[in-house]
Amino acid sequence: MLRLEHVFIAIGIFLAFSAWLNLRERRYPMSLFWAILACAFLFGRRINELAAAGEQLPAQLMGVGVIALGVLASLRRTAAPAESGTAAEREASASQLGGSLFTAALMIPLATLVLVLGERWMHWGSLHAFDPRDHKLIALGLACAIALAVASWITRARPQQSVVEGRRLLDTLSWAVLLPMVLATLGTVFTVTGVGDSISVLMGSVIPVDNRLACVLAYGLGMVLFTVVMGNAFAAFPVITAGIGLPFLVLEHGANPAIVGALGMLTGYCGTLLTPMAANFNIVPAVLLELRDQHDVIRAQWPTALILMACNLALMYWLVFR
Amino acid sequence: MNHWPLIGVAVVVLGFVLRLNPVLVVVTAGLSSGIAAGKSFADLLTLLGTAFISNRGLFLFVLTLPVIGLLERYGLREQARRFIERIRGLNLAMLLISYLGIRQVLSMLGLLHVAGHAQTVRPLVAPMSEAAASKMRDQELSADERNQVRAMASATDNVGLFFGEDVFIAFGAVLLIHGFFREDGIELDPTRIALWALPTAILAFIIHSIRILLLQARLKAAAEKSNAPS
Repeated sequence: MLRLEHVFIAIGIFLAFSAWLNLRERRYPMSLFWAILACAFLFGRRINELAAAGEQLPAQLMGVGVIALGVLASLRRTAAPAESGTAAEREASASQLGGSLFTAALMIPLATLVLVLGERWMHWGSLHAFDPRDHKLIALGLACAIALAVASWITRARPQQSVVEGRRLLDTLSWAVLLPMVLATLGTVFTVTGVGDSISVLMGSVIPVDNRLACVLAYGLGMVLFTVVMGNAFAAFPVITAGIGLPFLVLEHGANPAIVGALGMLTGYCGTLLTPMAANFNIVPAVLLELRDQHDVIRAQWPTALILMACNLALMYWLVFR
Repeated sequence: MNHWPLIGVAVVVLGFVLRLNPVLVVVTAGLSSGIAAGKSFADLLTLLGTAFISNRGLFLFVLTLPVIGLLERYGLREQARRFIERIRGLNLAMLLISYLGIRQVLSMLGLLHVAGHAQTVRPLVAPMSEAAASKMRDQELSADERNQVRAMASATDNVGLFFGEDVFIAFGAVLLIHGFFREDGIELDPTRIALWALPTAILAFIIHSIRILLLQARLKAAAEKSNAPS
């Protein structure tokens, strides 16, 4: 059975290879950065198992590693490795390979699609091809492997070239690639240290609870605000709904909980469009597309987010009390 | 109640305003909240380490990089541009609005990982959008305009993903809402939660489509202005 762990090990090997290439080119900070990260992928499962069993030291070392990643990320960036191949070479190869390049590129979405939809038939008795808990993520991982095979076959590239090209993109992304993971870690720390509870207590103490409109606004804007802080509407939902939505809207004013829940979550998503904390949606693509400023994606989407947020608040006020 | 852990939020806001490196800001924020909550440094390190490892799933898109990198080396982006130039009558708005619609429908079906910034936007949608934009007005994009078009391609992917997801029952968001209210003794029908997400999904499509059309109109106007004999 294929587990998510196998996919993580593949990532770990890719990261270790990138670390090694950087080491050979004497780009030491970058090399150390990928090496620490490779450890999280290669040994992560074991570290967390040991921590759960009471052996804290490996997890503490990983904690030190996370701090080291932060420091390494803030060092002045060495220049990204040069583009491989000239524009003329790429044009020539595009004329030669033509549409078959699309076949390989579309293989990631297509193979993911087939593997996700086909998962229910891919088992022999009780033995599943994929671990059922994570089958969508495993499908994506396997689809990448299939697409890599197809791409190598079409381009007739040597096997190691794909890793070299992948590492070039990885170095271009550098710290941005890590941001989603450290932000999610921060989310966990905020939850454990009670930051969310503090926010909902403070907000609950300032809203006039007998006014319906004030409650709708407090709940909706609370979702947006807290999502902006956490970078994740899923983290904001339980905190703000427990602090404001449930006691004031549902219990006090008899609002319909299904609508409160659905519109509350979607209002939170408007916050996701606004915040650099949602790095995988807002910062990583800005770096990936080589935009001038890391906040340019947010600049492109804030009007959509604010108009939609206003519509959502109006819908909520109009629908929940019916 | 100890409100001091909120200091982490202040660190984040300050760090982003001062434009310090985000990774360093976030790690510092975590440490400050933890210390303010009275955790020992050893416990805090354990928390950082285990939480970091538990969130490895967010790193999965990295696996697409070798494929995309290889195909780019062999001219994928150049080919995407040529493909668009060959389709007659296609403009930027048609391309991006179709992508928005497809992305919303895919995410309604739960196919969240089928498309994305690394999988589809960088190799295909962004170069195609640039090509469509310069083709419709017979003029190359300026560096600034290219930046806007690319950013809009990414924004379109985000809007399509977020506002399709909630409409289907089997997914995270609906199950989270359902689970939350169940813990408080309120039993909801998941299909009704999903149904109430539909108006917002439609509004998101309309609002963002209008914004794409406005961007297209702006780009056209800029070209006409510079082409006009002075």
